[in-house]
Amino acid sequence: MARRLSPATRLGLPLAAAAAALAAWAVAVEATGTAVFPSPLEVAAGIGELARRGVLGAYVADSLRRVAIGYLLALAVGVPAGLLFGFSPLAARIAEPVIQLLRPISPLAWIPVAIVLFGITDAAAVFLIFLASVFPIAVATMTGVHGVPEMMLRAGRNFGLSPLGLALRVVVPAALPQVLAGLRIALGIAWLVVVAAEMIAVSSGLGYLVIDARNAGQRYDLVVAAMLMIGVIGLALDLLARRVERLRPVRWGFARES
Amino acid sequence: MTAAAPEPGVTARPAGGGDARPVKVAVRDLTVRFAADRGDLRVLEHVDLEVREGELITILGPSGCGKSTLLNVIGGFVRPTSGAVTIDGEPVTGPDPRRIFVFQERGVFPWLTVEGNIGFGLRGLPAADRAARIRHYVKMVGLAGFEKAYPHELSGGMKQRVEVARALAVGPDVLYLDEPFGALDSITRLTMRAELLRLWQAERKTILFVTHDIEESVQLADRIVVMSQRPARIRRIVEVDIPHPRDLSAPRYLELRDAIFAEIGLAHQI
Repeated sequence: MARRLSPATRLGLPLAAAAAALAAWAVAVEATGTAVFPSPLEVAAGIGELARRGVLGAYVADSLRRVAIGYLLALAVGVPAGLLFGFSPLAARIAEPVIQLLRPISPLAWIPVAIVLFGITDAAAVFLIFLASVFPIAVATMTGVHGVPEMMLRAGRNFGLSPLGLALRVVVPAALPQVLAGLRIALGIAWLVVVAAEMIAVSSGLGYLVIDARNAGQRYDLVVAAMLMIGVIGLALDLLARRVERLRPVRWGFARES
Repeated sequence: MTAAAPEPGVTARPAGGGDARPVKVAVRDLTVRFAADRGDLRVLEHVDLEVREGELITILGPSGCGKSTLLNVIGGFVRPTSGAVTIDGEPVTGPDPRRIFVFQERGVFPWLTVEGNIGFGLRGLPAADRAARIRHYVKMVGLAGFEKAYPHELSGGMKQRVEVARALAVGPDVLYLDEPFGALDSITRLTMRAELLRLWQAERKTILFVTHDIEESVQLADRIVVMSQRPARIRRIVEVDIPHPRDLSAPRYLELRDAIFAEIGLAHQI
């Protein structure tokens, strides 16, 4: 994988693949003569219609807002919890059964609970997003702290660092790449879950749009338009998270062996 | 570099009972056992050793014999089962910035630049002093121009130099080196040995150097502490009475080297 691709190839080939997928979609709709599934052009028109009605921007903003709040809450809880479990084997032992029990439960299973707790509100959707992302964040942080090489800890202590100094100047920076990898995965999960959460718990957002467009007049052009928007925004979020991994103080953790 | 050619005789001076230099590191009746699945694992048995100020000692032994454990006990990272280590007469109770342990190059901090690594132990200094010290040691280990580089952008030998510079920058009086050149290719290893000798002659630190490499021992040491298989005891202490720079084909060099090969029970024939 060491070969450097030219910028033209690096951008051009993926774009060509995307264009081929679009073309295949258009041909398939044409060839089967389906009356239900929209063609790419119809979907594009649907996106235009949503934009004209002023719904598109509002729904995207609603979805992003819910993800941002839920995800930030998960960060605020998950990172300190992961640090605690990473630094204190006792705390990890005590909390482990509860975490391992809750972790495999799909956020979708929490939907009824979320509705009971918060009603049909933003808070219910935010709660689901929080639940979905808090465990991967906490576990990645804990694993990151555990994975700090003994040699680096010894080097830090050798230079006279206090336990707090060691935590701040050695453990945290050494664990950071692993933590960021966990944060990126959690962000992907949060975005996956916002759609499910909005299908049930609220009346705006891209997830709501998917269900609403189908229920209100079988508008499959709008259903697919919403799906596409979800995909595009998910991709953008992931690209954003990858940019963070390129920052110089953490790049070492992601660089391939040179 | 201000250090001229080594004074003849300095390193050839017998470092045993006749050495006038004060004892820096004293190891007394040291025994280490680790709890293992089936009873205790005996690692070190009744080790006694005195290292004089400014001496370069290599601790030589087969892989897994416990020589690294000995260095870690002296460095304050591992508590002995019995016996004691004193430095300048004070018992060692933990790691101390006056004595820096240099690991194989994996001890450098990958999130810090060359500068950041070398300045790691200099937090307490005013910024100008810190910058001056960093500049001095960057130059001393030949990394000028790489100040802003990160370790993953450097070769193994350069990373090792970063770690040595980071250790020297805090002005320790003892350096512990645990097979520091083990992961390097053989040419780089030779260069690094020459550089270590240059730094040692410039700064006159007391150095304890663990290795399993007989040639490396004879090239570097004032005295070679030859360890046995585990549980490790000191088999013999060999004084290397050849002044630096050492001629690796001189009869005396070959004689000492062959004596150690024989001591360890290896005929040096393949």
